[in-house]
Amino acid sequence: MTAPEAPKPPLLAVDHLTMRFGGLVAVNDVSFRVAKGGITALIGPNGAGKTTVFNCITGFYRPTEGRIALSTGPDLSAPALDRLTGSSNRHIRDGAHDIYLLERMPGHEITANARVARTFQNIRLFTGMTCLENLLVAQHNALMRASGYTILGLFGSPGWRRAEDHAVERARGWLERIGLIDRADDPAGDLPYGDQRRLEIARAMLTDPLLLCLDEPAAGLNPRESAALSILLRSIRDRDGVSVLLIEHDMSVVMEISDHVIVLEYGVKISEGSPDWVREDPKVVAAYLGVEDDEIDVAARELEA
Amino acid sequence: MSGPGSDGRTAPQKEPFAVVPALKEALLTGLVTFGLAFPILAYRTEQDLSNRLVIEPRWALAFTAAGLAFALRLIWLFGQSRRSLGPPAAPRVLSPLAGKILSRAGLAILLSYPFLAVWITGPAGAIKWIDNFGIQILIYVMLGWGLNIVVGLAGLLDLGYVAFYAVGAYSTALLSTHYGLSFWLCLPLAGIFAALWGIILGFPVLRLRGDYLAIVTLAFGEIIRLVLINWVDLTNGYAGISSIPRPTFFGLPFNASETGFAATFGLEFTPLHRLFFLFYLILALALLTNWVTIRLRRLPIGRAWEALREDEIAARALGIDTVVTKLTAFAIGAMFGGFAGAFIAARQAFISPEMFVFMESAVILAIVVLGGMGSQLGVALAAVAMIGGTELLRELDWLKAVFGTDFDPTQYRMLLFGLAMVLIMIWKPRGLISDREPTIALGRTKSISGALVKEGHG
Repeated sequence: MTAPEAPKPPLLAVDHLTMRFGGLVAVNDVSFRVAKGGITALIGPNGAGKTTVFNCITGFYRPTEGRIALSTGPDLSAPALDRLTGSSNRHIRDGAHDIYLLERMPGHEITANARVARTFQNIRLFTGMTCLENLLVAQHNALMRASGYTILGLFGSPGWRRAEDHAVERARGWLERIGLIDRADDPAGDLPYGDQRRLEIARAMLTDPLLLCLDEPAAGLNPRESAALSILLRSIRDRDGVSVLLIEHDMSVVMEISDHVIVLEYGVKISEGSPDWVREDPKVVAAYLGVEDDEIDVAARELEA
Repeated sequence: MSGPGSDGRTAPQKEPFAVVPALKEALLTGLVTFGLAFPILAYRTEQDLSNRLVIEPRWALAFTAAGLAFALRLIWLFGQSRRSLGPPAAPRVLSPLAGKILSRAGLAILLSYPFLAVWITGPAGAIKWIDNFGIQILIYVMLGWGLNIVVGLAGLLDLGYVAFYAVGAYSTALLSTHYGLSFWLCLPLAGIFAALWGIILGFPVLRLRGDYLAIVTLAFGEIIRLVLINWVDLTNGYAGISSIPRPTFFGLPFNASETGFAATFGLEFTPLHRLFFLFYLILALALLTNWVTIRLRRLPIGRAWEALREDEIAARALGIDTVVTKLTAFAIGAMFGGFAGAFIAARQAFISPEMFVFMESAVILAIVVLGGMGSQLGVALAAVAMIGGTELLRELDWLKAVFGTDFDPTQYRMLLFGLAMVLIMIWKPRGLISDREPTIALGRTKSISGALVKEGHG
């Protein structure tokens, strides 16, 4: 029942990514592609380097070695990318499209220009601000331009008012979509855990990303909330056309929604492919679930479930 | 029970205040105090004329102390019983109309304050009330509001705010004495210079956070002061700069001359005219600070400041340039400090480095923290309490009736003041108004409990 993988053009190409912290090699020569319009899962045991890869992609770490390229065009064309890599620039315009080298960009520009958004393993909402305010902060850069970098906004120009209304409408749309419209004016810190997770995803989506990186979005959710999350992530892929890269431990979510799975262990990529392919890969079973014989059966049964 | 807290929910059963046990406990407190006071206060050894030690009984003092302890304990117990039985605090929702009426009323009182002062205390007595209370408090309200942008909204702990105040004051003093620029030209220039210094300071220090940022800003404040002291050629060192031209009323000076304000308008000359003018000037400047801050909070830049205070990493992940955002907070906060500095230079007509010591930064920061970080009303109330309070404590002459005629109440002013601050921080650790008002709402605005609002880490 292995579904043939549709050859989708890559949005993000990670090549030979290495991240060292002193003597510790957290990520060692990892290369992979994130397909446009797909859901790619990054899995692996604890300490495999998944979050480090995330932090490199989103600019929180500067990788020791390697290239992280993102293209807004239909494909990462080799000549333009090579030209960019050879230069000292961060960005090149290839025809009608842009190619960015994320490892050269500061974190906020990766979100603002290359349009990569992320969420965090331990939720990072602005707890003292309302849900609506959280979603407006996400639209900061667009609103800054609309407010004439504050000058026009200070005097309440009509253009700014229209832009603000539009931003509020977008936020309202997302609040309705994640079922939090009734709590729009409540502080984000007052929401239950599962709602906070969804609000953080909505907030990341309102930065208008091409690639949404989710760090363990199902952590701490009950089965019902996990199922709702799967539906939300699929709708983000299908309805919004946003590619998703996620780290996840909840195998039911990974197997259900991923188009492509990448497995890391000790900072090295040990397998990748469709969920079914990865699930059967003996290396993955051994690495991800531990090699002790008595444990493997239990874990394998868990996987089947 | 009625009141805003009991909408629909059942208030806990209110027991009557248990008088007898409270009296017993208060009596015990009084007795213990008397026991302690008896050996310490009741007798005092004095030398008489022939240098012999004699014992002077002071029983009244001991009884006073015991009585005071009794009364305070009783009041405390009463307060405790009220608090534990009161209804659970419901989120306070001030209707927009009530808020509007309240702020209009406050504005009306402020606008009529100098006239009220003259009406109540007469022209001679009014000088103290307008100058020492009105103008002095408003200066600190404005400084508090300026620092509130940096500390309260952006969450950057700045211990050197007085540096920008000094930059504003010295640029006004130097520009007006050397180049003869009028106050009205110096005012915006002072703001621009202070904002520039805010950016110059901001660039190197904004990568620091929390305690480190506080230490570096503290050092910056000291550096500015030391430069002012030691660059004698420019600043005249400790001697300061004197005879700074006073602000004029659109070119009309406040003096008794033919072309003065009083003569032009056919009024009898009185020094009150200038005080009135200064009062309305600082009131306008403070209200401008308030208006700009309220507007900025509702703009993307203000929300970005608050987001930065709440969680800098998350703000960065949303594409907010944290360096630029912090710099704007520093620069705008500094600009208002510069305006206040320009005002103080013109008001005093004399400035010296002694006016810009660390104590000033500490007082301004205390106003912001005491008022509740981020709350405009809280900061204003705290400025009134702190500056007005210390001024009021000058008038403690009645204490002489209690402690004898050789008791000097002014010496205890700062002690009482410190005690009051400790008590307020115990009673309201997050400041007088700790709740945060959301900047926008789909439905009804509900204030956010201070417990959820972060204080920022730098």
